[in-house]
Amino acid sequence: MGFIVSFVWSFMLWLMLTAGTKGMLWSPEEIVAGIIFSTIVAYSTRNIIGEKTTRFLNPIRLLELVVYSIGPLFWGMVKANFDVAYRVITGKIRPGIVRVPVELENDAQYTILSNSITLTPGTLTIDACPEEKALYVHWIYVREEKPKSSEPVSGSFEKWARRLGR
Amino acid sequence: MTGIEYVIYAFLGINIAFNLLGSFALHRFSEVYTRLHGATKCTTFGTIFAVLAVIVHAVNRLNITGDPKYLQMALHSLVALIALLLTNPTGAHAIAKAAHLSGVKPVRAVIDAYEVKLKRERGESP
Repeated sequence: MGFIVSFVWSFMLWLMLTAGTKGMLWSPEEIVAGIIFSTIVAYSTRNIIGEKTTRFLNPIRLLELVVYSIGPLFWGMVKANFDVAYRVITGKIRPGIVRVPVELENDAQYTILSNSITLTPGTLTIDACPEEKALYVHWIYVREEKPKSSEPVSGSFEKWARRLGR
Repeated sequence: MTGIEYVIYAFLGINIAFNLLGSFALHRFSEVYTRLHGATKCTTFGTIFAVLAVIVHAVNRLNITGDPKYLQMALHSLVALIALLLTNPTGAHAIAKAAHLSGVKPVRAVIDAYEVKLKRERGESP
């Protein structure tokens, strides 16, 4: 299964990178070369993707990911960027590293949540510890020294991460 | 100038403003963690808009001329944007964790929970 998922994604990336080289579509040589290279990549990475590989091909999940990155994530970035702009200009900072307890199950959810936290400025994930269910986050303006959930740090991102990484 | 060009210039303006702010943050803050905030995040936000400006320009030219090289330009910029969004947080995390593990402590920090955890793992009293 890992082979098929990896093949489909490498072939799609190949199609994206080679579109428009000769006319709008692809020449037969390009398609054949793409299939060959995708097979090589898929064969060598078939064991790396890990458990539950089919979710990478689930169109609803991908649509949710796009909606998430355009909607809540981008809006969070806009708000937080203006916040950091204010802190840069005025110099009002109160930095610190806080421990954020989270309720997540697998590595994909940890990756999505910690990347989202890092992308919204003002917070930077230093380490994720799935064994104690916590993230260590450097916060440029600490509002709560011991947050009980991820809500003060990242808003609704934890709900989205739980949903997307299922 | 047409409306599309105004959009492109607006995107480029946002890009320059936030990249400038990121450079200013490097000058303004005093230690590695707060500098990382400015250096990685403000510049990411600015660069997203630079890429969006390229994509809008390419799609606009594609509509006017129908030259496939503009399709290529838009798609390649999109791939670059996705790669940037995936690698930037990872890099920031790696730098911050490496700095902390090699002994650089956050200056003026009100709380350092990660230090407590590391000490607990080493078996020292916090």
